[in-house]
Amino acid sequence: MLHLLWLIPAFPLASFVVLATLGKRMPRKMVPVFGAGSIGLSAVVTSLVGFSFLTSPPPGNSFTQVLWTWIDVGGFRPDIAFYLDALSLVMVLVVTFVGFLIHFYSAEYMGEDEGYSRFFAYMNLFVASMCTLLLGANLLLLFLGWEGVGVCSYLLIGFWYRKPENGLAARKAFIVTRVGDTAMTLGLFLLFDKLGTLNIQDLMHQALVQWPVGSTLPVVAGLLLLGGAVGKSAQLPLQTWLPDAMAGPTPTSALIHAATMVTAGVYLIARTHVLFSIAPQAQLAVAIVGAATLILAGFSAITQSDIKRVLAYSTVSQIGYMFLALGVGAWSAAIFHFMTHAFFKALLFLGAGVIIESLHHEQDIFKMGGLRKEMPVAFWTFLAGACSLAGLPLITAGFYSKGLIIWDTWSSTRGSSVLWVAAVLGVLLTSLYTFRLIFLVFFGEMKTKVHKRPGFAMMMPCVVLAVLSVVGGFVDTPEFLGNIHSFSDFMHLALPPITERPLRGMTEIGSEALVTLVFLIGLGVSYLLFIKRRDLAEAITAPAIAKALHRFWYTDWGMDWLYERVFVRPIVWIARVDKSDFIDYIYSGIALITELLYHGVRRTENGRMRWYAAGIAAGSIIFLTIVLFL
Amino acid sequence: MASVPMHQGLLLAGILFSLGLVGLLVRRNVIFMLMSLEIMLNAAGLAFVVAGARWGQADGQIVFLFILTMAAAEVSVGLALVLQIYRRFKTLDSDAVSEMRG
Repeated sequence: MLHLLWLIPAFPLASFVVLATLGKRMPRKMVPVFGAGSIGLSAVVTSLVGFSFLTSPPPGNSFTQVLWTWIDVGGFRPDIAFYLDALSLVMVLVVTFVGFLIHFYSAEYMGEDEGYSRFFAYMNLFVASMCTLLLGANLLLLFLGWEGVGVCSYLLIGFWYRKPENGLAARKAFIVTRVGDTAMTLGLFLLFDKLGTLNIQDLMHQALVQWPVGSTLPVVAGLLLLGGAVGKSAQLPLQTWLPDAMAGPTPTSALIHAATMVTAGVYLIARTHVLFSIAPQAQLAVAIVGAATLILAGFSAITQSDIKRVLAYSTVSQIGYMFLALGVGAWSAAIFHFMTHAFFKALLFLGAGVIIESLHHEQDIFKMGGLRKEMPVAFWTFLAGACSLAGLPLITAGFYSKGLIIWDTWSSTRGSSVLWVAAVLGVLLTSLYTFRLIFLVFFGEMKTKVHKRPGFAMMMPCVVLAVLSVVGGFVDTPEFLGNIHSFSDFMHLALPPITERPLRGMTEIGSEALVTLVFLIGLGVSYLLFIKRRDLAEAITAPAIAKALHRFWYTDWGMDWLYERVFVRPIVWIARVDKSDFIDYIYSGIALITELLYHGVRRTENGRMRWYAAGIAAGSIIFLTIVLFL
Repeated sequence: MASVPMHQGLLLAGILFSLGLVGLLVRRNVIFMLMSLEIMLNAAGLAFVVAGARWGQADGQIVFLFILTMAAAEVSVGLALVLQIYRRFKTLDSDAVSEMRG
């Protein structure tokens, strides 16, 4: 079964080709058959491959499928080859299954749109690229997928291209991630130059043999790869593109900007974990980036008024948790949180899509309210996702994955109490903004009438994802709650377990109890402010300093403002100054001479026959003279 | 038969050709331009005949027959065009018919 691996990216790619070439001419009903069907086939193939991987594990718990040699030049010989191990299997399973549910949802959500086939073509190309990224056996193939998903992200953010601001958001996403990609490219050059290969497994082996722990080269390489990961995963300081990326269609936000693509950075670091474990400084940087991002984005999320922007900042914050986990060496906890996050965040975005569609494309949460009775299915599924996001104890997936990260942050040798405090503060913020969203949208009085109810194709994925957001966490529970380790054990086939330090003054149950307490505080405060005493919320934001702070957080800590002044304006200024440098004179001179010649020659074309005859005669005489006398 | 020296024949042909060319360039009436063209063609034909006589070859006279045929064809097309021009513009002035400029 394992040799079917190549089909996983091949199905969506084939469907992309069909939709891109024939999409306009095929009947409208056929479009989702290709679009969603290909992803369904991919999911089936992934399940078959996964089943065979589990029942009869290949030697070394990894399987490489070499398809053909991609490039062969001067000792540089990357293959088109796919590599399957526990890490890539889990990632591909989540991508294809969640991807299929989102495609299924899109069949109805995008049903009225004129770019129906174009949408599915882009989405399929995205899934193909994402699977290439995850399965690539060498960093170059991974980078191909990495850029592929970037292009699809750009195309889908700017999907409704008639609005100029959507195009602007698309370009911003592309350019900001490009900054990270440049760092990553430099990292690849460095790794190839020093270690002579780009095949990930050989690379890790070579790094371990050649580089001592803590030497400069692995730190530099690790930081450059971190740069790429930070750009793609919208972490500090390159997180500014993700909230604007919400300009795209909501299924896009669910698939690309919440569940899959933005976690590519997490995958990259987990995939090259050997490099980071011999570069402790780079790994510490990963943890610090994660911790800082999860706090800053949490504060920004509290102040947003657009439902999708709240979720976008929440995504940034949750990926911060994954980075924190990677930074303290809790590799499997990061992937666990990736999985549960993919379930509940995709669910939340799909739920937001249902709400937005039902309310005449209203996205402002202050104009919503009271939808609990009107749309019970949407409410309960959304609530399941939100509870999972905030980490409602005992019954939700988010509680287990986030609890594991927080506990590992405390207990790992690479963790520290400062990072742990940041992670716990993150829980408070998450709980605050999540329940603020729930209370404003579903409780209180109704402000906008529901005009359209979603059908089966839109609600089915929500229900499935809601179930997964609840039960998805039971594959890995703490010691005092069943002590199940099936997920961690499976991940440890590919990723090393954390190294625990001698514990002082804290137990796992204590940590979980504290997280629960903090969660309840957040829930209580938002209940007080957004249900019981709305006047209190207004009283808090009334003073000038509170208003300024609100504004500061609302604009994401003024990051856009800062970048506008530090980077964008100077570059625009230089471009304007440099517009007429002397090199341009050469090119504009050539253009000028050509134009003058044109004007001169144009005079001879006057329509007078006798002038033409004279021209012919003069020309003949001149040529004859030249031939005869010279 | 006393033969004409070649240089005299060629000189005559050259003079005729120049006259035709000058006529073509200075006359504005299309019919006169066609006539000048005929003179140039015949001058060229005369040069061929003179050259053929000089080397005792029949080729010069054969080419003259070709030129004659071509001139007949050219005149038939040319006169048809002249008729059309006159119908449309009510004039035979070639400079007035200069609409086909670039």
